Amino acid sequence: MTPVTSDRGPVHVAAEVLSVKRSGAYSHLTLVADGVAERTRPGRFVALARGGEAALLRRPFWVHRVRPSGAYGGTVEIVVAVRGRGTAALAALRRHDEVDLVGPLGRPFALPKEPVPSILVGGGYGSAALFLLAERLRERGCPVHMLLGAGTEARLFGTLEARRSAKSVTVTTRDGSVGIPGLVTGPLPDLLERTGGAVVYACGPSPMLAVVAAVARDHGAWSQCALEQPMACGTGICMTCLVPVVGEDGVEKQVRACVEGPVLRGDQVRWDAV
Amino acid sequence: MGRGVTATAPDLRTRLGDVVLANPVMTAAGCAGTGRELAQFFDVTELGAVVTRSVMRDAQPGPTGIRMVETPSGLLSDVGMPGAGIDGFLATDLPWLAQRKARTVVSVAGSTLEEYAELARRVGNSPGVTAIEVNLLELAGDPYRAAKVINVVRRDTARGVPVLAKLSPDARSVVDVARAVVDSGADALTLVSRLRGLSIDPVTMRPRLDGPTAGLSGPAIRPVALRCVYAVHAVLPDVPLVGVGGVGTGADALEFVLAGASAVQVGTVTFSDPSAPLRVRDELATELQARGFARAADAVGYAHRDEELSR
Repeated sequence: MTPVTSDRGPVHVAAEVLSVKRSGAYSHLTLVADGVAERTRPGRFVALARGGEAALLRRPFWVHRVRPSGAYGGTVEIVVAVRGRGTAALAALRRHDEVDLVGPLGRPFALPKEPVPSILVGGGYGSAALFLLAERLRERGCPVHMLLGAGTEARLFGTLEARRSAKSVTVTTRDGSVGIPGLVTGPLPDLLERTGGAVVYACGPSPMLAVVAAVARDHGAWSQCALEQPMACGTGICMTCLVPVVGEDGVEKQVRACVEGPVLRGDQVRWDAV
Repeated sequence: MGRGVTATAPDLRTRLGDVVLANPVMTAAGCAGTGRELAQFFDVTELGAVVTRSVMRDAQPGPTGIRMVETPSGLLSDVGMPGAGIDGFLATDLPWLAQRKARTVVSVAGSTLEEYAELARRVGNSPGVTAIEVNLLELAGDPYRAAKVINVVRRDTARGVPVLAKLSPDARSVVDVARAVVDSGADALTLVSRLRGLSIDPVTMRPRLDGPTAGLSGPAIRPVALRCVYAVHAVLPDVPLVGVGGVGTGADALEFVLAGASAVQVGTVTFSDPSAPLRVRDELATELQARGFARAADAVGYAHRDEELSR
């Protein structure tokens, strides 16, 4: 028996840092990583380990963009928000540093069969997960509308890039430093009505996703939510990221955010128990 | 005994009761999923054995919400015992491992003696089961009650299938519990389960994880686990021991072997390095060879050699 590495399954590779850019409060890393780009679908993630004493566990990151082959080989772009020692060590990576990468992990966003209007909602650095998705949706002829929010201007991600990816972009900040003041979910009902959105894709903190799922349901739209659930392994073995969902059959069960997710149908998640 | 580097790779075979494993490296209970997840990264049949997640009689949900906290060199986690129960395990997980001929140690956990007995009857007589490891839960520190559980599991498990008792480092005397469970039929001992632990959230000022199954694993507990192996091997040198707790490299595994372990389990490190179990096997072979051990079995308990001479 050989390991079951399929073209969908994750790889475990030593990645090299190609570039590090600041993006507001975040670090934007481009990594050369063999075999990751071609396996990546929008909504999947990679897990990085710096090694050493900083952190025992890997840290999961949304894949922002990929390039299957370039001058340096396949590349993966991720966005790092510093939250503790582990993420600080990763944000401190410099060009040519090596970093251990497992991925891509998880199940991607489901894409619509018809070219329906799609609304993409991103909270904080969760917005990073939406750009690959916007590309795929546009290839299918779906009108893409992006709604990006954060606490402050510095914690917004990708608002300029969004103008190239989407037909319309709406920006919110909780402190009102830029865009519409308030939560990112504030303009969502209006946007759904104005665009006739049939599906809402969202990535961000769970309370935001819960509201997105409820608003989408009220407007008869599907919702696909990418969860930022804390997880120890990302590969499906540790059971620390269980999320309660109600299946098609109406029976409640638990799924692992890393393997059965991170993208789950918003109407199936029991948000009150996440 | 003078030891140089041996030219050939050491013989890694190891014995646990009536069973001979190809090498001493296993996964640890709850750290290898169903086997299928890790098979994406390496061939699980190359391990000494795959140890399953603890199987309970009935299907159990796991707790949701935040279930883990990273601590200095450790992982504090509380995931309960989620699973499909014994029916689901025998229908799905065990056949997958058995079809591939992976050596499988099934971890079982019960809430009553009757449940342990039923698990022993059903798991211990299923084809493809190499051994049973008994997760004693909160009984792991109590010599009398742990011995009662081991007694029924041994009684109801097929001959030739070793019963491993997994003991807690939180026991007042791990040696007393070890003696008690060996007297009631344990063929081997797994040392140790996670240490009880606690972490308090500075924002809410309440415990983050405080359930009875919250436990600490990873490198932070390695010296504790190692001491338990050393202490038990000193008094029960003929009982095979399986060392577990913070094994992340072949050098760590070697420490456990020298302390008296016939096998080791690789647990928490697999969460961050999914290829770790097989890597540890290869590194252990290198470590043994570098010290001139022709057989892994020769290194078991080697750290005790002066005590043996003085005996």
